[in-house]
Order: sequence, then structure tokens, then C-alpha cells
Amino acid sequence: MFFNSLLTNFAALEVGQHLYWQIGNIRLHGQVFLTSWILLGALLVFISLGTKKMENDPKGLQNLLEFLWDYIRDLARTQIGEKVYRDWMPFIGTLFLFVFVSNWGGALIPWRLIKLPSGELGAPTADINTTIALALLVSLSYFYAGLSNKGWRYFEYYVHPTPIMLPFKILEDFTKPLSLSFRLFGNILADELVVGVLVFLVPLILPIPVMFLGLFTSAIQALIFATLAAYYIGEAVEEHH
Amino acid sequence: MLAFNFFGATEGGLFDINATLPLMAIQVVALTYILNSLFFKPVGNIVEKREKFVSNNIIEAKNKLSQVKKLEADLLTQLQSARTEAQRIVSEAENESDKLYKEALELANNEANASKEKARLEIESQTSVARDQLSKQADDLSELIVNRLILEK
Repeated sequence: MFFNSLLTNFAALEVGQHLYWQIGNIRLHGQVFLTSWILLGALLVFISLGTKKMENDPKGLQNLLEFLWDYIRDLARTQIGEKVYRDWMPFIGTLFLFVFVSNWGGALIPWRLIKLPSGELGAPTADINTTIALALLVSLSYFYAGLSNKGWRYFEYYVHPTPIMLPFKILEDFTKPLSLSFRLFGNILADELVVGVLVFLVPLILPIPVMFLGLFTSAIQALIFATLAAYYIGEAVEEHH
Repeated sequence: MLAFNFFGATEGGLFDINATLPLMAIQVVALTYILNSLFFKPVGNIVEKREKFVSNNIIEAKNKLSQVKKLEADLLTQLQSARTEAQRIVSEAENESDKLYKEALELANNEANASKEKARLEIESQTSVARDQLSKQADDLSELIVNRLILEK
């Protein structure tokens, strides 16, 4: 195959290769876990430093964390509604922080300098497993939110304006996780590939604007993912009249 | 599967879905609980406490402000009544002094008039006495003259 030979010649890119960990019967993508542990560790250290000594008039890191908290609360409150946003704020915030830290970590840290026996380190969100996991968690969450808030009346939503909507609403339950996971995966992977190809072809200066664009995309994708997750949960708990 | 191996990976490829997926899901759920206890709860507590504190203070300040306005209005009415009272007292005192002045003036006038009248009466009586005397003397003198003329003849 022409593309096969072409792409394997771009050996620096190593697309679709993984560092496999074999634990008993199951196989894992080691590079995803390695980067996610490093990034989440950094996030947790950052947060525990900021919340270590909290005061009534915030200083330094606490200010930043409070801004972040406020931002996430506004996001959850506008999408989910005043009544139940408190229950879902930690989940939405975790999604936002996880996706944001993964995207930016993948774009900002020169992972390529660390050589692995197979595959290469990068944004955890550039792996389809991660994004599908996140999207399925969102699906489970909005089902749980709807059922726990409204009981069986949740299924009224499927026939809401008219029963004609039923097949479309059922289809939506499949398209929602699909679009969530593939949007994030595609954007982050495409960004990594574009930067990788450009660095490979023109190592100086030219990749820099694309890298900035990548940072922008990464932040936007985190916001989109969290907002859509909150919107789906809000849709499930919304009362129809 | 051909499409999935499009990017030329020897094993796996871009869409290689395996146990990474459930483990990553468990990791994210665990992260949710960790972040909830480490970040969302403590920061939420302190932010909401402060919001409550600020809104309480605003309510209190508003109450105090309305109190101040009420007191100010009270003070203004008091000031006004005091001013009118003062004006009343001043005008009363003015009237009083005016009255006293007029009374004193009248008294003095009367007195002066009385003494003038008395003096005029005295002058008149003395004038008449003097005129009587004068006419008597004139009578005497004329009698004398007459007598003398009669004697010479």
C-alpha cells in the first residue's frame, strides 16, 4: 500500500503505535496511563498546594483555584439549572480539568524527547480509549441524572413534543457519546499530527503558530466537552410542562 | 479492518480499543471523588461562606443606611420645629418690647403734657393777677390825677 509505506517512512510520527502493557489476559496502552498519571499528578499537586492554607481573603494560588471553581460553577449552573447543578458540578469540573490538563499537557510538554520502546507519549485524549471512556461516563451520568431526578417519568423526554420524536431521541443516545468521543479524539490527534508533520518537515519557526492554534483548540475542546456533558445532564433533569 | 489499519501500525492502530477504556473510566471516576474532596468541596465552602458574608454585610449596610436616612429625616423635622419655635419666641419678645416701649412713651408724653398744662395754667393765673394789679394801680393813678385836677380848680 502506498500510504502504508509513505507513513511508515515518517517514522518520527509513529501513528497508531502503542506501548503495550500485558497484565494477565488484558492489554493496556501504557503510554496513555503514563502521561495521564504524570499530568493528573501535577494537577493534584497544584490543587493541594492551592487549597493547603485557605483564607477568607484569598492570596496567590487560592485566587486562581477560586476563579476556576467559579468558572466551573457558572458552566454547570447555566447548563444544568439551579436545582441540581450542585450534584453534578464535581463531575463536570473533573471532565473539564481532565480534558484541559490532558490536551494542554500533550501540547506543551515535549514528550517526544522521552524515547519509548514502542509508540510515543502524548496527550491522553489523543487515544480513542480515553475519549470513549469519558463519553460513556457522560452517557451513564445523564441517564442516572434523569432517572434519579424524575424516576420513570424520565422516559417522557423521549416522546416529548410528540411521539414522532421517539426514534430520533433513541438515536441521539447513540450519537451523543459517538460525537463527544470522536470530536475530542479527532481534534487532539489531528493537532498532534499537524504539529508532528510540520516539525518533521520544517523544524524551525513554522510550527509555532500551529502550536498556538493547537493550544487554542485544546482549551476550546475541553470547554466544549464539559459544556456538552452539562447540557446533556441538564436536558435529562429538565422538567417538561 | 482495512480502514482501521490505514495508518500502517503493525499492531493495534488508531482505533485499537482494549482494556484501557474501562480502566480509564475507573480512573476518571476516582479522580472525580478525589477532586471533589480535595478541590470542589473546600473551595466551594470557602467561596459560598464569603458570598454569604458579603451578602449579609450588604443587607446590614442597607438596613443601617435606611436607619440613617430615617434619623436624618427625624433630625430635619426637629430642626424645623425648633426653628419655627425660635422664630415664634423672637417675634413674641419683639412684640413685648414694642409694647413696653410704647407704654413708656405714652406715659412720658402724658406726664410732659400734664406739667406743661400746669405751667400754662400758673402762667395764666399769674398774668391775670398781674393784670388786675396793673388795672387797679391804673385806677388809683387816674383817681389821683382826677383828684389833683379838681383841687387845682
